[in-house]
Amino acid sequence: MDVGFSLRGGAAGAVGMVRGMADSLQFSIRPELTLEERVLTNSEGSAEEMPTIGNDDLKEMLESNKESLKLEAMKRIVGLMSRGRNASDLFPAVVKNVANKNIELKKLVYVYLVRYAEEQQDLALLSISTFQRGLKDPNQLIRASALRVLSSIRVPIIVPIMMLAIKEAAADLSPYVRKTAAHAIQKLYSLDPEQKDHLIEVIEKLLKDKSTLVAGSVVMAFEEVCPDRIDLIHKNYRKLCHLLVDVEEWGQVVIINMLTRYARTQFLSPWREDAQFDENSEKTFYDSDEEKEQADSRPYVMDPDHRLLLRNTKPLLQSRNTAVVMAVSQLYWHLAPKHEVNVVTKSLVRLLRSHREVQYIVLQNIATMSIQRKGMFEPFLKSFFVRSTDATHIKTLKLEILTNLANEANISTILREFQTYVKSQDKAFAAATIQAIGRCATNIDEVTDTCLNGLVLLLSNRNETVVAESVVVIKKLLQTQPSQHSDIIKHMAKLLDSITVPMARASILWLIGEYCERVPKIAPDVLRKTAKTFTAEEDIVKLQILNLAAKLYLTNSKQTKLLTQYILNLGKYDQNYDIRDRTRFVRQLIVPNEKSGALSKYAKRILLASKPAPVLESTFKDRDRFQLGTLSHTLNTKASGYLELSDWPKVAPDQSVRNVEVFEPVKEWAPSVGKAKPAKSDKFYSDSEEEEEEEEASGSSSSAEDSSSSEEESGSEDDESKSDEGSDKSSTQSESDEKQQVLRKTAGRGLQDSYSEDEKTAIRPKPKTRGTQFQPKASSSSGSSSCSQSSSEADSDSDSDGSAGLEQKQISKPKAEVKVKKEVSLLDLDDFNPVSASVPKASILSPSLLSDLEGLSLSGVSAAIEVSSPVFVPHMSHELLHRMSGKGLAACYHFPRQPCIYDPRMVSVQLTFTNCGEQPVQDLRVGEASPPALSLHRFAAVERLEPDSSITVSMGIDFNDSTQAASFQLCTKEDQFSVSVQPAVGELFMPVTMTEQDFHKEQGKLTGMNESSTTVTVASESTSAQIITRKVVCVANMGVVPSSQTNVHRFAAKTASSEALVLATVELKEASAARLLVNTEETVIGSMLLRDLKTALSQG
Amino acid sequence: MIHSLFLVNSSGDIFLEKHWKSVVSRSVCDYFFEAQERASEPENVPPVIPTPHHYLISVLRHRIYFVAVIQSEVPPLFVIEFLHRVVDTFQDYFGVCTEAAIKDNVVVVYELLEEMLDNGFPLATESNILKELIKPPTILRTVVNTITGSTNVGEQLPTGQLSVVPWRRTGVKYTNNEAYFDVVEEIDAIIDKSGSTITAEIQGVIDACVKLTGMPDLTLSFMNPRLLDDVSFHPCVRFKRWEAERILSFIPPDGNFRLLSYHVSSQNLVAIPVYVKHNITFREGSSQGRFELTLGPKQTMGKAVESVLVNSQLPRGVLNVNLNPSQGTYTFDPVTKLLSWDLGKINPQKLPSLKGSMSLQAGACKPDENPTINIQFKIQQMAISGLKVNRLDMYGEKYKPFKGIKYMTKAGKFQVRT
Repeated sequence: MDVGFSLRGGAAGAVGMVRGMADSLQFSIRPELTLEERVLTNSEGSAEEMPTIGNDDLKEMLESNKESLKLEAMKRIVGLMSRGRNASDLFPAVVKNVANKNIELKKLVYVYLVRYAEEQQDLALLSISTFQRGLKDPNQLIRASALRVLSSIRVPIIVPIMMLAIKEAAADLSPYVRKTAAHAIQKLYSLDPEQKDHLIEVIEKLLKDKSTLVAGSVVMAFEEVCPDRIDLIHKNYRKLCHLLVDVEEWGQVVIINMLTRYARTQFLSPWREDAQFDENSEKTFYDSDEEKEQADSRPYVMDPDHRLLLRNTKPLLQSRNTAVVMAVSQLYWHLAPKHEVNVVTKSLVRLLRSHREVQYIVLQNIATMSIQRKGMFEPFLKSFFVRSTDATHIKTLKLEILTNLANEANISTILREFQTYVKSQDKAFAAATIQAIGRCATNIDEVTDTCLNGLVLLLSNRNETVVAESVVVIKKLLQTQPSQHSDIIKHMAKLLDSITVPMARASILWLIGEYCERVPKIAPDVLRKTAKTFTAEEDIVKLQILNLAAKLYLTNSKQTKLLTQYILNLGKYDQNYDIRDRTRFVRQLIVPNEKSGALSKYAKRILLASKPAPVLESTFKDRDRFQLGTLSHTLNTKASGYLELSDWPKVAPDQSVRNVEVFEPVKEWAPSVGKAKPAKSDKFYSDSEEEEEEEEASGSSSSAEDSSSSEEESGSEDDESKSDEGSDKSSTQSESDEKQQVLRKTAGRGLQDSYSEDEKTAIRPKPKTRGTQFQPKASSSSGSSSCSQSSSEADSDSDSDGSAGLEQKQISKPKAEVKVKKEVSLLDLDDFNPVSASVPKASILSPSLLSDLEGLSLSGVSAAIEVSSPVFVPHMSHELLHRMSGKGLAACYHFPRQPCIYDPRMVSVQLTFTNCGEQPVQDLRVGEASPPALSLHRFAAVERLEPDSSITVSMGIDFNDSTQAASFQLCTKEDQFSVSVQPAVGELFMPVTMTEQDFHKEQGKLTGMNESSTTVTVASESTSAQIITRKVVCVANMGVVPSSQTNVHRFAAKTASSEALVLATVELKEASAARLLVNTEETVIGSMLLRDLKTALSQG
Repeated sequence: MIHSLFLVNSSGDIFLEKHWKSVVSRSVCDYFFEAQERASEPENVPPVIPTPHHYLISVLRHRIYFVAVIQSEVPPLFVIEFLHRVVDTFQDYFGVCTEAAIKDNVVVVYELLEEMLDNGFPLATESNILKELIKPPTILRTVVNTITGSTNVGEQLPTGQLSVVPWRRTGVKYTNNEAYFDVVEEIDAIIDKSGSTITAEIQGVIDACVKLTGMPDLTLSFMNPRLLDDVSFHPCVRFKRWEAERILSFIPPDGNFRLLSYHVSSQNLVAIPVYVKHNITFREGSSQGRFELTLGPKQTMGKAVESVLVNSQLPRGVLNVNLNPSQGTYTFDPVTKLLSWDLGKINPQKLPSLKGSMSLQAGACKPDENPTINIQFKIQQMAISGLKVNRLDMYGEKYKPFKGIKYMTKAGKFQVRT
């Protein structure tokens, strides 16, 4: 192609033609290539002059008469621009073609102009007259494109021309031109901010526009130019709400964000009382139907405009555009009553299927939401399970969310997941998992010990990151409650013999040094051992040996004086100067001599200062100060141009400002077909339009009523709400000090906080402030721990004081099956085997949970039959206490089918209490069980349940493998109600997984007496495997056993209390007959299960 | 909103830049390169990177980073969604979205970007409108253009942008009127080592290819619409009709588009069509490991499982593998340690298996974790959720269109932990 450059004149035309063809045929012989080749051959520095050589050629082509040549030249110029080359010297040649007839050429010239006009202002003026002519063109699209280019040329001189053009275009008949005008407003504003006032006038005018085309663009202009002029929105608010569904998707995002801010300044907080909403309100999350009836007396009535916004944005959750879905979600989060926010959950979870980048942003927002409201995402827990193919930042975010969602009911599932993650090849992720385990351990008291034990096992991991992280987390956990864990420290001391990872050794030594007073017998012995190996240790370990020696010398100088001196001597002659330095420093500090000054007096205070316990909390904790979905939220810093979301107003602003002219209200904010709008933008979907109009009509009539009566009502209503606020305030004040901090916010806000706080305290002890993070809330947690201890059979008190107790415990667990036996042998610290599990302290936890974490040891031993997670959890709940008999307190229960964390023999039951009465219910707890022998784990007492709120607690009941109801007393401060929980036989099981062979083997053992069978006619449409499985697991909490025959389905479970195997087989015969077979030692259970299964399968 | 766009290839070169406001120097991308260097994998580059004066929001598709430069607060998803839309448009126009395709069509790319954003705010993103404005390059058209001197840019100004059905272009004419719908379902699942399902859900889409003359108005109804738990629609679907009657009623865009994507609730049990038997062991102290894998069909409703591909990222300590597949071929990349086995169709009579040994680095300790196994497969003529289209009706036009519906089930993120 070099030849091409040497040709001139007429020949150039022909070559250009050829080139054009070659280009269009997508061959790679292109002029750009030659340029690149030259760049390659030339040095970097001379690249600057390159374009000028080529550009002469281009200039000539542009000045020729051939249109195809010009076009070709422009295409090459665009190529230069796209690679960031400077092509500004061609400006005079290009600008001449601005009036060319060829549309493609013209467009490319526009592209060029917009890019370079700023640099060549004088020459750019040459093109202005063309655009001015274009503004008058009869074709609306030419008018629009002329305005678009004119406003994109950033030349300050033409500001007045632009202003004029924008004003004219804003009044254009074509909505498309008006849309372009809206875009031009932002351009002019960035060029010359002094035009603001004039531009606001134009915005005001365009905001009144009823076209869906204009709405998005003008709101964008509003946000850029005058986001604080909220008064401009009033009159257009209802119109925008109605148009929203039909606006193009990008406009929807902008409008929704703007309306969120608007609503926060104009409406009262809906978070005060979760009661009474109009017909459209979603099914409430906690509240039952009865509550709604009672709620009529509440003073809060949602502004119909507020409701309008929520109602009209909801369908947009179904948008394919992820940004729209996120925008609606944040709108609901910031504006909707608490119980309605849940409608966004599903849509957000759906977005997780999208691209990696979308996942990242959505997960961040979910993380923030899940801190405040666990309930929203708890049902979707499994959607946040990590896949090995996820990117690291996605994995960490998912981990964050899982940790936030952890509670007593699902902790066993989560820990089992974590167990897999810890083994991940991605070590950064494994380390993050360990931290997450640490956080779960501090948040949920019941699993603290299990987690701690699991982490101790991880210390024997080969990977340093894992070990270091575990040590750090253990250290943090121990620092919060060191007194209880002297045996873990002892245990770690034992580990020192086998662990080789220097980092871990060093950490253990630090721990022993730090808490040497708690292990007064072991610490000196450790020092003795390490003194022997001192010379062979790594530097980092040597430093910690020195540390340990120094600390022991200060606390126990009698025993360790000689040892310390020996170590200091060794250190003095070490090869590493760091160690020599440290030795010198330590010697001066601790060994009193005449030279050592004032410092040695304080040696003890220096070395044994109490180190503050580190804080384990979510990094997303304080992100809720930013509006969700914003850039600032993602970055966790205020991005430039971030608009603060204001707090709710205390007193409702005048709602009549949104009323439009009384004489034609419908026309104004419910555009009717063809009348108010230009013909082109008629609503196409007339059916939806009609429906909408109907709605609008009803809405308008109601709002009209409102507005007419509002004058009389508003005063009294306000008073009422104020007094109500007052009384609520006083009641919250009485609760605790911490809430006073919250109350400095507006009253509405404060109430919301207290509401949510109550919710949380009941679920788990909530840390009060940063400093005291780890002090469990006195009343509730002590209550729970005490009763858990009393209910757990193992004598957990006695064994805390050492090996004597341990032996005793060995005896006291005779009824244990395989797993527990394994533990018993491992409990023996003397025979300690570093790879397998050890339980230095009896815990109140179930062996199943322990075995979960045993897996952390990487021993890889898996039993053939193991308890698995439930296949299916039915959501049916049963009534425990009706509100009438409960004097306003209603309660229902359901079986979450999770292994009970208090005791493996118990079945976990979730109770939901709702206060339907007028008075708060205080001190709600479980009283006596009616057969006193009934062992049940009581839930932590609920201090206070506000009217119209509800709370979910979990408890464990040992039904002893019978379907006899468990009765107990439910006590409040004033009353006692006796209630009973009646389990279905299928709820007494824990599902197990096993292979088909194992199934046959076990089945073979359970024949004769232990087998019961029947035949059943299966409803014809439900012979598929899926439906049969669904029916069976719906009735009974059983695990599915893989089957090689398609007509035989097998299920297996264990009874919770006696751990007897229960095997069920459904064998399909021809003509929808089926044989049902149940094998179990517990014949009563077997026959009951058989009956239940039969009923379920024969139903259609 | 969006100030500039830079396209960066996998070797870290900026090969295209476009500015919608004042020019932002390409040195701003240095911050991006820094982040790229820090990330171990290309996917680990954070999507949002703050710099002193700008914010960089990037997406990675087809091994090209699309880096948008923004200056002030904007919802990040807004930018991300737009960038993905740009990629989709390129793919639609050029068939592939590669560096070579973009460089070859740089003029069309520039014209497209110019139309898609005005002053950084999205203007026209519907493919039907864009195609009216700028004709996609085809060999035939370029030859015709060079001979007749006509151009790629539409002479007619786009009317779609002005209409109330912006997604459909006007004046569509076909001699054969046809409408095809593909119901494609993907199973996402995690199976644990004992073979029980930890989590499983079904994500489905209905992709349509509609070539119908004029302004047809279609309705599509399902036998069992209650199955659909959560749905998202193309803007053409009338939401109210769906809410009220569970019927999809819409005026389709011309050509290919995604009508609907849905999620079948995980509450319902998800049938898992394949099972995996595996035995992967490493022994302490030995430099050999055993590898055994067998696949079999399960709950497939009699349909064949096809195009099965098994991928597994083996631990770093594995030097090489010596395996024997009963069918298909396997490859092992000793650098990335990626084992992949393409075994085709599963024959229920003779289950495919892959057995053999792995050689490990001498002296290295045994890997902590067994590798996870990712499986891909396809099952034709079946939607695993049981979703069935009942009927498709057309109103508004006189002719009789040809209608077709196809079902398919695929593995989505299907993982087996071992």
